[in-house]
Amino acid sequence: MLKEAKEIKFSYEALAQVRLIIARYPEGKQKSALLPLLHLAQSEFDGWLSPEVMDYVASILNIKPIEVYEVASFYSMYNLKPVGKCLIEVCRTSSCWLRGADELVKHIENKLNIEVGETTADGMFTLKTVECLGSCGTAPMLQCGADYFENLTTDKVDELLDKWKELGKRSSYLKSLTAES
Amino acid sequence: MKKILLEHIDEPGINTFEVYRKKGGYASVEKALKTMTPDAVTEEVKKSGLRGRGGAGFPAGMKWSFIDKKSEKPRYLVCNADESEPGTFKDRYLMEKIPHILIEGMITSSYALGAKTSFIYIRGEYMYVLRILEKAIDEAYAAGFLGKNILGTDYSLDLYVHPGAGAYICGEETALLESLEGKRGNPRLKPPFPAIAGLYSSPTVVNNVETIAAVVPIVNNGGDEYAKIGIGKSTGTKLISASGHINKPGVYEIEMGLPVEEFIYSEEYCGGIWKGRKMKAVVAGGSSVPILPADLILKTAKGEPRLMTYESLADGGFLTGTMLGSGGFIVMDETTSIVRNLYTFARFYHHESCGQCSPCREGTGWMEKILHRLCHGHGRKEDIDILFDIAKKIEGNTICPLGDAAAWPVAAAIRHFRSEFEEAAAVQGRGHIEESATLEPLIVNR
Repeated sequence: MLKEAKEIKFSYEALAQVRLIIARYPEGKQKSALLPLLHLAQSEFDGWLSPEVMDYVASILNIKPIEVYEVASFYSMYNLKPVGKCLIEVCRTSSCWLRGADELVKHIENKLNIEVGETTADGMFTLKTVECLGSCGTAPMLQCGADYFENLTTDKVDELLDKWKELGKRSSYLKSLTAES
Repeated sequence: MKKILLEHIDEPGINTFEVYRKKGGYASVEKALKTMTPDAVTEEVKKSGLRGRGGAGFPAGMKWSFIDKKSEKPRYLVCNADESEPGTFKDRYLMEKIPHILIEGMITSSYALGAKTSFIYIRGEYMYVLRILEKAIDEAYAAGFLGKNILGTDYSLDLYVHPGAGAYICGEETALLESLEGKRGNPRLKPPFPAIAGLYSSPTVVNNVETIAAVVPIVNNGGDEYAKIGIGKSTGTKLISASGHINKPGVYEIEMGLPVEEFIYSEEYCGGIWKGRKMKAVVAGGSSVPILPADLILKTAKGEPRLMTYESLADGGFLTGTMLGSGGFIVMDETTSIVRNLYTFARFYHHESCGQCSPCREGTGWMEKILHRLCHGHGRKEDIDILFDIAKKIEGNTICPLGDAAAWPVAAAIRHFRSEFEEAAAVQGRGHIEESATLEPLIVNR
């Protein structure tokens, strides 16, 4: 199937960041910049890493595409398929489970009418369960974008979901959903 | 108790350079760079008896002394801020609240090791903490504590923060280095150890956040002073992440040697078990260490009070003891299903296995599957022995300690709570454990 080719290129601001990131590492070791650049790419290109985006990152770092694919598929924060605008990640490992993570997940599933791993029909929310996020003393919790939401109750989650829906913005690990800019 | 790392935690603005400096911050950099040789700094760390705070407890000064000084390659210090051991959140707390103590520790430690470039590898999920650290680093550069010719001396250092992207295995130091080089986090075969061939095959030391922060008071007050705190070979203070069914979850700085009973029940720390219930079990040092039933966490098999030290928690070996580990202290009340909790651990390790070694890659998956069916009313009598057998066959048969970390909790849970596994195996029909684990709604709208 022929697809309309959409040019994949970082914005001017993002390219400035790319240069700064690569400059952190010794000469010839630019591959070290791969993980930070994939975070940036995911944030710039709709919250996921398409093969085209990964090829683009490979070309920037002058490495083979396979070197990017094997890394992108190893780490859980890189999405290799499109996700909803708001990616909701609920922690469910021991301490969170002990303080009600399962109920929290069930509540969100019911509220959004989706199951874990699914995206709402309007493309607004994707619900994921994740392993320990290091927020055990403030369980149960979830992550959305760069932010942690802790000591959650069902009421608090309802408020958050409503707010995010109203905002309609795409979440990114690199910035807070509610940040001004 | 006098806090050392968290001494100024309640000071408004302690996250800024200005306030941190006013409270005596960066004195260790001045002292080290202007009055001490790098080897003298290492000597103080050796004298302090400081042990790695990430979990393994290896003497930090000794680790430093292994660094290959004959090599002509640049040396690196890498801070392990990939905190991902379930139950552990103390590094996040420290970096978020007092970021400059880590920056200061990095400068002083890098000087001791002769590193000209150093990295803080932080787990990707802590991206907002990364921003806090970057801001603190900018402030340190502006004040002349980083960059060229620090404080007018001929020592120069650049410090960068590098994000991971979601992989528990990158807390293992060689996997972390692979990841920092832009690769999958597959642990390396050792030797060579990082002190000889680490980042970019150069001599490298990898230390946990809390370990590096502890270098600050050690250099300021001397290693001997630090060694006076604590008991025996467990010197200094330790940050404990307390979570689970307690009244006051949070991060507590304790003096090594504090009785476990006092830690759990005193108002100064955990404040006792929630909802007036009884304690059933504790995982004392992060998910990887053996779980202990209430009686064995409070007292050793010999009947002595259990203390918060490396030695006391390990007393009795794995038969009746456990480990201090990362200090991830998870408390479970009497209503908790040990089988169901273990299932969350097994699922975790299966998810986080890097897949390099077959005993771990396959074994963690089998354990998760078996525990899943035990939790869902499809268990079999022989499952308990199979679980134990798989755990024993993973242990010691993998490149890195993730395999052991996955095996130990399984073996310990069966050892101490076998009857619960037998009960679970006897029930046929869905949902037995699920129901018994949540006798009442856990989430109460507060």
